[in-house]
Amino acid sequence: MSSQVVIIDYGMGNTNSLKNKLARLEINSTISSDENVIRKSNKIILPGIGHFGKAMERLHKLNLINVLNEEVLVNRKPILGICLGMQLMGYKSEEGNVKGLSWIDGETVRFNLRDTLRYKVPHVCWNEIDIVKKSALMENIDDLSEFYFDHAFHFIGNNDSDILNITEYEYRFVSAIEKENIFGVQYHPEKSYEYGDKLLKNFHRL
Amino acid sequence: MFNPRVIPVLLLKDLGLVKSKAFKDFRYIGDPINAVKLFNNLRVHELVFLDISATANKMVIPIEIIKSIGQEANMPFSVGGGIRTLNDIYNIIRAGAEKVIIGTYAFENPDFIKQASNEFGSSTIVVCVDVKTDFFKKQKVRVFNGHKSTGYSSVDYAKLMEDKGAGEIIIQSIDKDGTMSGYDVDLIKEVSTAVTIPIIALGGAGKVEHLKDAYNKGYASALAAGSMFVYHGSKNGVLINYPEKSELKFNRE
Repeated sequence: MSSQVVIIDYGMGNTNSLKNKLARLEINSTISSDENVIRKSNKIILPGIGHFGKAMERLHKLNLINVLNEEVLVNRKPILGICLGMQLMGYKSEEGNVKGLSWIDGETVRFNLRDTLRYKVPHVCWNEIDIVKKSALMENIDDLSEFYFDHAFHFIGNNDSDILNITEYEYRFVSAIEKENIFGVQYHPEKSYEYGDKLLKNFHRL
Repeated sequence: MFNPRVIPVLLLKDLGLVKSKAFKDFRYIGDPINAVKLFNNLRVHELVFLDISATANKMVIPIEIIKSIGQEANMPFSVGGGIRTLNDIYNIIRAGAEKVIIGTYAFENPDFIKQASNEFGSSTIVVCVDVKTDFFKKQKVRVFNGHKSTGYSSVDYAKLMEDKGAGEIIIQSIDKDGTMSGYDVDLIKEVSTAVTIPIIALGGAGKVEHLKDAYNKGYASALAAGSMFVYHGSKNGVLINYPEKSELKFNRE
């Protein structure tokens, strides 16, 4: 298996939904929390739905922090964080008083919206992405394509160069990040029809 | 620019799809997996599956069917029916669903919503609120497939569920179920103005104008329907359908 994708299994997310989608795209993947499987993989997907604090706690408990740091920061293996998985890549979040993976210079905050009648939280809808930098992950994806979002918190990046997509929900927020081999998307490519398919294939081809 | 979600709601009874009128008069519609394939091609925003025999039979929606749906579904989908434990939720998400929908048990044990949202995150937990006009012309929340009154008004109940950590609320009008005569927009507006979480309108939609009313006048965040997406024509022949993307452009003032 030349290009094995590992989906990190830490009990925080729709891992099977993701694996089902990859299977339909004929991309081989394994759901695992085994250090050896992660080391042998070529690509890592860090999914995540739920609570930031709880997610970091689980990653610590499963002893995954060291192996992830090594594979991502030292071996430069491509990693894609999805939803909460993207938020974990920053320093911290308003959701839980714990330190994040700290790979990307930024942090996560709760949506702070003025018009609470028209803009409900969580932000659950199909929304457009504004592609603000050239990226292999965005190959053949049109600017303003619609993706499926479901989240109450969003990332704030401190470096413009790390920002890949912006989306508007009363105000503009960071909906994807990219720094070298590290990618994160706030939306769910596994549930976003052909544009999501393209994104996952692009990631697989990196 | 975002548009509200438009969500077909599919009722499961003994592993087949059915459609009701006022929570009665069930009619067999077809095979759920086939419906998912058709809805994939129609690019639906999201799907909801409710097992209406689960609570009555004191069981939870069968995991095997969720797995089969998950293997096909290109869209996000949520699942409800007889959920009473954190383990039920774990199994359903594990099987490929994005969200779970909790009905009767949210009334019996509101703290369960709190436990569930702490464990799985608010965005995974949807509470379904069924509302019916009673003998005294008062709208009250009902559970057990509409058989039992809770005594709660829809606003008080929705606020309680928001407080417990629900991520979204489905407001379903039992009176309107299967009528295709339009949503109870006043009911939807009453609830959506009372809470800050998204409201999914359900019950009564028959055409795109109804969806727009619930969004523009009722401030619903998502528009769900059963009959509208499974019936076609004046004789209500069974036909899985969904509006064109161009019809689903909503411009709210």
